Amino acid sequence: MSDAPAEQAAVLKLTGITKRFGALLANHAINLELYPGEIVALLGENGAGKTTLMNILFGHYVADEGTVQIATADGGLRPLAQGSPQAALKAGIGMVHQHFTLAENLTGIDNILLGTRSLLSPIASKRSARTRLDKIMRESGLTVDLDTRVSRLSVGEQQRIEILKALYRDARVLVLDEPTAVLTPQESENLFQTLRSLADEGLSIVFISHKMAEVLSASDRIAVLRHGELVADLPSELCDRNMLADIMVGRHLEPEARSEVEKGPALLKLSGISTGHGRDALHNVSLQVHGGEIVGLAGVSGNGQGALARIISGLELPRSGSMEIDGRRLKPAPRAVMREGLVRIPEDRHRDGIVGEMTVAENLVIEDVRSRAFQSFGFLDFAAIDKRAGDAIDAYDIRCPGGDAVARLLSGGNIQKIILARTLDKEPKVVLAAQPTRGLDIGATEDVHRRLFEARARGAAILLISEDLDELFQMSDRIAVIHRGKVTLPQETATLNRSQVGLMMAGQESEDAA
Amino acid sequence: MIEILDILVNPNFWAAAIRIATPLIFGVLGALICERSGVLNLGIEGIFTAGAMAGWMAVWLGADLWTGVAVAAAVGGAFGLLHAVLTVPFGLSQHVSGIGVTLFATSLSYFAYRTALPDVSSPPRITPFQPLKIEGLSDLPFIGTALFQQTPLTFLALFLVLAVAFILNRTPLGFAIRAVGDNPAAVEAQGLSVFGLRVGAVIVGSALMAIGGAFLTMSAFDAFFFGMVNGRGWICIALVVFASWRPGKALLGALLFGAFDAFQVRLQTEVGAFVPGQIFLMLPYLLSIFALVVAARKADYPRALLKPYFKGQR
Repeated sequence: MSDAPAEQAAVLKLTGITKRFGALLANHAINLELYPGEIVALLGENGAGKTTLMNILFGHYVADEGTVQIATADGGLRPLAQGSPQAALKAGIGMVHQHFTLAENLTGIDNILLGTRSLLSPIASKRSARTRLDKIMRESGLTVDLDTRVSRLSVGEQQRIEILKALYRDARVLVLDEPTAVLTPQESENLFQTLRSLADEGLSIVFISHKMAEVLSASDRIAVLRHGELVADLPSELCDRNMLADIMVGRHLEPEARSEVEKGPALLKLSGISTGHGRDALHNVSLQVHGGEIVGLAGVSGNGQGALARIISGLELPRSGSMEIDGRRLKPAPRAVMREGLVRIPEDRHRDGIVGEMTVAENLVIEDVRSRAFQSFGFLDFAAIDKRAGDAIDAYDIRCPGGDAVARLLSGGNIQKIILARTLDKEPKVVLAAQPTRGLDIGATEDVHRRLFEARARGAAILLISEDLDELFQMSDRIAVIHRGKVTLPQETATLNRSQVGLMMAGQESEDAA
Repeated sequence: MIEILDILVNPNFWAAAIRIATPLIFGVLGALICERSGVLNLGIEGIFTAGAMAGWMAVWLGADLWTGVAVAAAVGGAFGLLHAVLTVPFGLSQHVSGIGVTLFATSLSYFAYRTALPDVSSPPRITPFQPLKIEGLSDLPFIGTALFQQTPLTFLALFLVLAVAFILNRTPLGFAIRAVGDNPAAVEAQGLSVFGLRVGAVIVGSALMAIGGAFLTMSAFDAFFFGMVNGRGWICIALVVFASWRPGKALLGALLFGAFDAFQVRLQTEVGAFVPGQIFLMLPYLLSIFALVVAARKADYPRALLKPYFKGQR
């Protein structure tokens, strides 16, 4: 394999892979080759078929059509038995799943050794395994305490155990599904450095992502999937951000721009709000959001955003301070704030935004079932509900089999569209949008942004809580920063720059940064 | 108070406690193995009955005692296979399947008994296991009577506690069983069979439960009665939680329950004149509930318990 010509022999070859789930064509005639020592990024929106393809490779699924071939020792290719993770492991394919496959009640080393020895062997001596793992850890830089129970390891450490699992089995191909979804930026950087050094040793790596920046910086080659089809397979140095976004989404995207909107009166006014303790506390928070304005609240997650959102939604009573909507001071209770014209886009859309087991139509009217419009003689008027659902599904382009589909089965982006349709269609006075685009792909993100701008143009006051600086700078008229429960005075976005806000998010005063 | 002390210093009390604990040790180990693999086996009560009946009947029909134990284990394993097939590959509700197995196994045992012995009023007797004399140990004062005058099945139960603990904590098989009860996806991703491990664990666990039942008819008593299992299976399910799924603590729990039970019988003869007997019968169960409330709050549940696994499902 070390001879120069052998460099060109593929270590893995997927040919004509097609996979259907019922009516859904998840993968369609996909061809992909992987060469030794390269890092390939598999890019695509949510639901484009990336994970399905990798699960076929690893044997969790069986493809309806197509073959997977793996290189043999003599440089040829042999077909890999499908539907068998065991065969994939034996062939040197290792997979790090997005949701880690670790037994949390075992230590790291026991997870790594699981399945590597006969189940009938009487005693599990780990000495030789430990020596080998020490060597692997030294060479790869993936150090982690092997004797700690996995449940006590951080997410980053658990991921290292997952990679070590593959390396211990002499993987030639390493597949990582959304490896940075759970990592901090610093951990992500370390991960990609490690992956690069592993690739330099000859390992072939495929990682799945929908984050443009890491795809561009960390890969040698980029394969883009869209609606189950491989639409591009390009060397990374030929790609740029805009081009990839267009390929991924299948149409040209213009980032939504802020239009000029006349600033109205202060619709949301918080004065001196304090509550809670520890990480979830707020200290004397005052904030005003005017009609026709988006105020971005920047901050690292867990600095009091949760408490603030709960108080504005009326779910929690502050210890002190008051809240006014459109000049009226109100008793904090969910019904009271909703009646005054406040709507919420909750941070955890699956848990707080929808009732998963109910249908799309029911979720669309769930906040309004008391309204006359959806009742007749005190009973629910299903004709009216279905009509409302049909209108919303068309207007907001909610991709679902129909209004009677169970909401939980929709993708994150479409669930968010249900919430947008339910909330923004009421022409609210105040919108509380907590992390509205977290975990969404580009297309869905654009959609959310467009809808928020529309609400702003109608004169709504919008409080946008986000960790994403790109989003904050694109969307906000003014930006405030929340750190350890304290909120700075909002400043005009044009007068701020990213590094300033970044430092303030880390707790430094803006004066120091300026 | 003196009466209570009298009970506690009598070696026969401790011997009785261990004897009463023996079927529970088998049962709780069996339930523990099933649950560590992620499958709750509420068939336990019926499997106890089936084991008691099958072991006894084999001996009554002429087999020797150890063959009877083997027959009981095989019958238990068969009911375990039924439960495992319903809950593992088919992924049905473990509660419903377990209760179903209990009803089925109990009824089938009674049916077999009635069919074999249509007009017997007093149950036929067999010659049960006799206490095992251990040279030097059985004759020790106090300790000898309290610990070393038990039948072979009791020693088997104690040995199995060690064996199960060793297998779960020291062998690759044990790690695989614990892993499949925590996160089956981890087991599949490492190339092992989730179904194989779970079905195997349920069969072996059920066989142990059946031996617990066989102890009743072949060691504690010498005949089969209807209703003789009398909730012991359910007690084992509770003891597993008390034991936090650890064999050593399971032994402790079974002994504790055995001691309560032996204690209430003796207390009844001492002060029974003043207090209704039902209060004493209730005592071990009340104390078990109390012990459970204390212990189960920090119980370390297998994370995948009750959750069926389907390949490829996210």
